[in-house]
Amino acid sequence: MAAVPTRFTDDPHPARHQTGVREEVLDNGLRVLIQEVHTAPLASVWCWYRVGSKDESSGLTGISHWVEHMNFKGTTSIPREKIKGIIEQYGGYWNGYTWIDQTAYTETATRDALDHMLFIEAERMANCLYDPADVDSERTVIISELQGGENDPEQLLDQELTAAAFHAHPYRHPTIGWIGDLQAMTRDDLYRYYRRYYVPDNATLVIVGDVDGDAALENATRRFGGIPAGQLSTRRYTPEPPQLGERRLVLSKEGTTAYLKFGFRAPAAQEDHFFSLLVLDAVLTGAKGMNLWASFRTPPPQRSARLYKALVDTSLASAVSGGLVPTQHPFLYTISMTAIEGTGLDALEQAAGDAIDDVRTRGVTPDELVRAKRQLRARLVFEQDSITNIGHQLGFFETIATWRYVSSIAARIEAVTLDDVAQVAAARLLPSNRVVGRFEPLPLQHRVESISAQAAR
Amino acid sequence: MTVGDRRAPDRVTAAGRASSGRGLAPVRHVLSNGLTILAKETRTTPAVTIYAGVRAGTICDPPDTPGLAHFVSKAIDRGTSSRTAGRIAEDLDNRGVSLSVAVNRHAIWLVCTCLAEDFEEILALVADIAMHPLFPEREVETRRAEIVTLLRQDQDNPATVAMEALFRLLYGQSHPYGRRQRGSVEAVESITRADLQRFHASRFSPRDMSLALVGDINVERAVEVTASLFDTWEAGETAEIRLPAPPHAESRQVEVIAMMNKSQADIAYGFTTIDRLDQRYYAYWMMNNILGQYALGGRLGDSIREQQGMAYYTFSSLDPSFAPGPLIVRAGVNPANVERAVESIDRELAKMAMAGPTDQEIAESRQYLIGSLPRTLETNVGIATFLQTAELFGLGLDYDERLPALLESVTREQVHRAAREALDPARAAIAVAGPYAGSLQ
Repeated sequence: MAAVPTRFTDDPHPARHQTGVREEVLDNGLRVLIQEVHTAPLASVWCWYRVGSKDESSGLTGISHWVEHMNFKGTTSIPREKIKGIIEQYGGYWNGYTWIDQTAYTETATRDALDHMLFIEAERMANCLYDPADVDSERTVIISELQGGENDPEQLLDQELTAAAFHAHPYRHPTIGWIGDLQAMTRDDLYRYYRRYYVPDNATLVIVGDVDGDAALENATRRFGGIPAGQLSTRRYTPEPPQLGERRLVLSKEGTTAYLKFGFRAPAAQEDHFFSLLVLDAVLTGAKGMNLWASFRTPPPQRSARLYKALVDTSLASAVSGGLVPTQHPFLYTISMTAIEGTGLDALEQAAGDAIDDVRTRGVTPDELVRAKRQLRARLVFEQDSITNIGHQLGFFETIATWRYVSSIAARIEAVTLDDVAQVAAARLLPSNRVVGRFEPLPLQHRVESISAQAAR
Repeated sequence: MTVGDRRAPDRVTAAGRASSGRGLAPVRHVLSNGLTILAKETRTTPAVTIYAGVRAGTICDPPDTPGLAHFVSKAIDRGTSSRTAGRIAEDLDNRGVSLSVAVNRHAIWLVCTCLAEDFEEILALVADIAMHPLFPEREVETRRAEIVTLLRQDQDNPATVAMEALFRLLYGQSHPYGRRQRGSVEAVESITRADLQRFHASRFSPRDMSLALVGDINVERAVEVTASLFDTWEAGETAEIRLPAPPHAESRQVEVIAMMNKSQADIAYGFTTIDRLDQRYYAYWMMNNILGQYALGGRLGDSIREQQGMAYYTFSSLDPSFAPGPLIVRAGVNPANVERAVESIDRELAKMAMAGPTDQEIAESRQYLIGSLPRTLETNVGIATFLQTAELFGLGLDYDERLPALLESVTREQVHRAAREALDPARAAIAVAGPYAGSLQ
């Protein structure tokens, strides 16, 4: 059992109303992480599985996400129509998400709902039903989700760019899956996948909030202790071979706006250069922080960021954003740009390329380094504002690395030097390490608008 | 454990939220020039949320210049009489602060979160921006190009196209709610620096501003600092905007915008309802929750997503304000399912209007809405948003404590009446945008 404070040591304010993280591994291999946070009468539970779209083989793309959907459809002890509504009776919120490395489920509600949350998660791990009728109706829901994504040209470009960046590693396919697989997959495919990966020794249970740590652990043990361990063997993933030169792709589709995107091969969360690149990204596009669940809610501070000044202040782009998310294997550092109406993608690409070449050859300034670190430090504070966000971080990092990573983030950012940033820029921002994606809109066909009215019946 | 033996949850009341046994109990202080301060100390994180609102929303747009308030929101923070845009950028970025300026129909909002140690500097910056924006010519041109690009992106976004069409159908061009909030390319091209300055001079007044400060602050000190920053700001006269009653729908109206380059069609289906201060508000709120919110989309989610597998998203929303606001049902569906989805919406609405909710639905929805208050008020942003809503509509400093009883008192009959009044498929306005060219009725 270990108790490590998750708040960083240079925080001028001592941790208030909260304890360190308590860790326990049950006999069946389930790792339980508990942190008491007594700021509101709430509790949050996250249940994490080490399974994501990188675990999918050809023919089964999208299966991790579909399984996530099926796991909200009732269990042997919770009828389908009752699973939604339990947490609501405690004013609660629930959700789930699937991405390349992980699948996660969460509930946050008043603290007296804790046992219900644990019950739901234990049921989800062991006893989901996979009724064939539910499989059919969820197939079309997921295809609707995919088609909604296709409506957005930026999402389409992101999907194509990722596919172009990886030839061998399964990070290449989208988490939602390819449409052909979604049309063909069967109930048995889904159920087999569920049974293989939803086992306690492939999961992490996180409990954060206004709870008593001992009681919560006892509760978790009672709910999960009887679930047998799985038989997961070592998984092998094809490492992506080195990239031998710049890759380019062009999407031509009707639209109104042009988009440009760069994807550079990036280090995994556990690699040395990850934090250097995180600081470099803050200099280029503003600091996002480290919480996937919280960061999309607030745009980064970026008005003095290099690419904002080079592209937005000059009216070449209306928006620029950087993307670097901690992943288990090397993924991508992306820079996404929206071209200003009337500006060609060539001019935008030239200016973005020049700004990136400059940082690649000359590094960043001491002032920029100070500012980037200050921004990241502030974001780390902001993203601890709710027990849901705190719980997310523990489980997220346990799934791709270790939960202890969370408490090391601040110090690792602080340790980044000017040389580190210059090195990562020189090594990573080479044209030969990138994919360039362009969305070049074709003129819209004539748009038909029809209005009709009929008298009230 | 099975669901059958689950214990009844503890009743959550406002009093039960804070360990001190009291509600939020914010401090409200009005300066001599009329500016309202709402301050609340919390100790969750060493951070502070600054949430300023000025009653200068898009309803203030001159009818021939739609998009003016939105343009102001994009340009107001790009230079003041004492700070250049570059200086503002550094003041914010050096402290890791991201300032968002947003506009809705009734207000412009300046919102940011900063570290507690930076609070006074950032507050001074927000005050400067609210009082003394310069709208430098160069910045105005940059923002104009951004807005035109945004408008072009909107034009290619079926969900946005459907929603804008729905508001036109519901309110018409003569009502401020019926106009596009971001305006048109033509109008945005015509807006000058002088227009922006005039809008600020005529619409930004301390009497029309409320400032919520929530987080790791000393309330007394925060009020003092705010007073010293804003004291010299003189209140100007702001003309009252009269909102006409929305047109009464006598018939069902349908608008289809065929966007054949898209994969999925977005449906926006709605009615005009009541204003926020209407005493029926809580019954309407609960009715909307049961219809299209509770447990992932309410009855609509159950029918359209769960039973029929037609849509990844479907829900309803209710947005009453100073004028009767809309109740809107939304869904994104495959173009082959547009008619079936609209029929399902018709059916669910007619059923709710005819038979009303069940006693169990009322009990569950009420328990959910009351029980979710602690979650709503967990974060500084959550508290600030809640305080600003209460201030805008004059709901009182104890609104968080009174809210549970207000929801408790709603009866099934009141919710049923709300459904009968609001939900009539024969008078619905329906907009569909996407790869659909059928003739929906």
